[in-house]
Amino acid sequence: MSQIIIITILTLAGIGTVAAVILYFVAQKFKVYEDPRIDLVEEALPAANCGGCGFAGCRNFAENLVKSENWDNLYCPVGGNETMARVAGILGREAVEQAPRVAVVRCYGTPEHHPRTTRYEGAHTCAIAHSLYTGEGSCPHGCLGLGDCVESCNFDAIHMNPETGLPEVIDEKCTACGACVEACPRDIIELRKKNKKDRKIFVSCINEEKGAVAKKNCAVACIGCSKCFKVCPYDAITMNNNLAFIDSDKCKLCRKCVTECPTNAIHEINFPPRKTEVTRKAEAEETN
Amino acid sequence: MKLKTFARGGVHPPENKISAGKPIQVLPPPPEVIIPVSQHLGAPSTVVVSRGDKVKTGQVIARSEGFVSTNIHSSVTGKVMKIDQFMDSSGYRRMAVQIQAEDDEWMDEIDLSEDLVKHTVLSPEDIRKKILQAGIVGLGGATFPTHVKLTVPRGKKAEWLVINGVECEPYLTADHSLMMEQGEELVTGIRIMMKGLEVDQAIIGIENNKPDAIRRMQELTEGLPIKVQGLKVKYPQGGEKQLIQALFKREVPPGGLPVDVGVVVFNVGTVFAVYEAVQKNKPLIDRVVTVTGKSLSDPSNFRVRIGTPVSLLVDKAGGLPEDTAKVVNGGPMMGKALSTLDVPVVKGTSGIVLIREPEAHRKEVLPCIRCTRCVGVCPMGLEPYLLMSLAEKNLFEQLEQERILDCIECGSCSYICPSSRPLLDYVRFGKAEVGKMIRARKAV
Repeated sequence: MSQIIIITILTLAGIGTVAAVILYFVAQKFKVYEDPRIDLVEEALPAANCGGCGFAGCRNFAENLVKSENWDNLYCPVGGNETMARVAGILGREAVEQAPRVAVVRCYGTPEHHPRTTRYEGAHTCAIAHSLYTGEGSCPHGCLGLGDCVESCNFDAIHMNPETGLPEVIDEKCTACGACVEACPRDIIELRKKNKKDRKIFVSCINEEKGAVAKKNCAVACIGCSKCFKVCPYDAITMNNNLAFIDSDKCKLCRKCVTECPTNAIHEINFPPRKTEVTRKAEAEETN
Repeated sequence: MKLKTFARGGVHPPENKISAGKPIQVLPPPPEVIIPVSQHLGAPSTVVVSRGDKVKTGQVIARSEGFVSTNIHSSVTGKVMKIDQFMDSSGYRRMAVQIQAEDDEWMDEIDLSEDLVKHTVLSPEDIRKKILQAGIVGLGGATFPTHVKLTVPRGKKAEWLVINGVECEPYLTADHSLMMEQGEELVTGIRIMMKGLEVDQAIIGIENNKPDAIRRMQELTEGLPIKVQGLKVKYPQGGEKQLIQALFKREVPPGGLPVDVGVVVFNVGTVFAVYEAVQKNKPLIDRVVTVTGKSLSDPSNFRVRIGTPVSLLVDKAGGLPEDTAKVVNGGPMMGKALSTLDVPVVKGTSGIVLIREPEAHRKEVLPCIRCTRCVGVCPMGLEPYLLMSLAEKNLFEQLEQERILDCIECGSCSYICPSSRPLLDYVRFGKAEVGKMIRARKAV
């Protein structure tokens, strides 16, 4: 009886040893050297695998960070400057800083401003509705309201507002990964510089049609009148194809253009209420 | 006798040919036309008139741009008001020429008499040239330039000319009325096209729900090398590939053309336009359009000028009924809903169908139950449920492998689906994206 057990043990041990020796040599032969820093860098990344950096997941991005000489196009929008500094620390390099950005929806065609003339019953995605027709309203550039952007967001940062039928971005959650920008078939969403207290001034329209046509479809369309362009003291506004664009890097948030716009297409968000004549007088009296 | 039909798939929706037997009414030129510069497959034509110009009926206003393109003519006599972006049937704006009609003075070379001109001495080359000059495209709906189809590629040989009088779309009766009323012109047109294509036999395919048209064409073609073949009623028999299958049991290879199996197919509307162009010098400035619907007071077949607003047609057919919930441009199976009636009739407009409220809406979309009925009815042997789920996931490479480009967009799958899934919507989307992907690949 005991003999059988001993033979079994010895045989198995023998096979094990032979296999170990083979495996050792095979492993030597096919060894792939991987920079250990890749693992360290990957750990420092947010692990969201959102593709916001333009690479296939965080691992792929880490490989490129370690490999690349030039970091100009390498940036993790989700982790931001903090993460990039940590990565730079690991690799002993200088961090590339970028101003934090946030997604902004550039359409305000609510049913009230942009009357619905048809009803869409087709497949519930913007991509298909866009390929079929102008949408329930008749603006060919306006938001279709079917939520491809909401679907694309990995961070739960964009939601449809059932009242306006438009998507809304939650600034604190938005990582500026750009997934919604990519998902929107009409290119309505833009990544803009994040300002203090999440303040924003932007033209909430991307319609490039002539003023009269745009205005007919939507009451709050940019009609390309150039009034904002003329009033801007910082050259932040450019006019192109009947459409005004405010460069968020140049804009100093002076709000002059907002009041100038005849169609209220320029929005100011998260600003304190403006001082009217009455409040200004009251304030003056108080200080006296 | 067992009737011929195509072998694979197909459905039989209610025919609803309300306007059948109604004579073709010729409508006078409208007060204003809007003529888009891209009414055909291929390159848009270049506008050759400018604002304020006086144009005559039949005058070229936009010239063909490259081989796969064609000319566009003014359909009225009057003044060019605007050359600008105008809304097309999708609501998007496209380049078009707006002409205000003042009179109806035709170009001098156009023969306006009613006489039938039977013989032509033109060479095949000249016939093709005349067809290009007249701006003729496939009037069945695909609007592919006819002169291109008549030019058989080198190394290939056409044996048969097939005339498509199937009209398998429910509601539409434009081709039917044309066969009934203008049969003699059609026969002459067929003989011209046989000459243009250099073939010596032709066959007309007509579905069996039009026995009068079959009889009429048989009478007229007696003693000629033109056969008339009755076909079992089945949608989408009017598809080029399905018709060839039904008539000859030949299969057009995937990605190939009918001429690969020795056949070239034209719609009867196209044949009539060819007759007018070659024998009467009349360019394609009007076409037969069926305006129909269950509650429309006077469903009709109209011969209308290209560029006439759809709203005018609906008025002529008795006005928009109150219970209309959807207006479809084309037949109910393949047509697209219009977002406004202020769009012009173009070369490809075969019908305007008004759908009543209770029938106009889609049913609630339910999950796929894997019944594979969509696979069973697909005339191209595709798997629509699979194409849809791949398109939902944007897996375009896989869609290409699953032969999505073979889809003829007949809509049989969406029609049959017990869960009312928007199969065709996704397949069309996938097809467009795969097309883009292939073009991008070629560009590299």
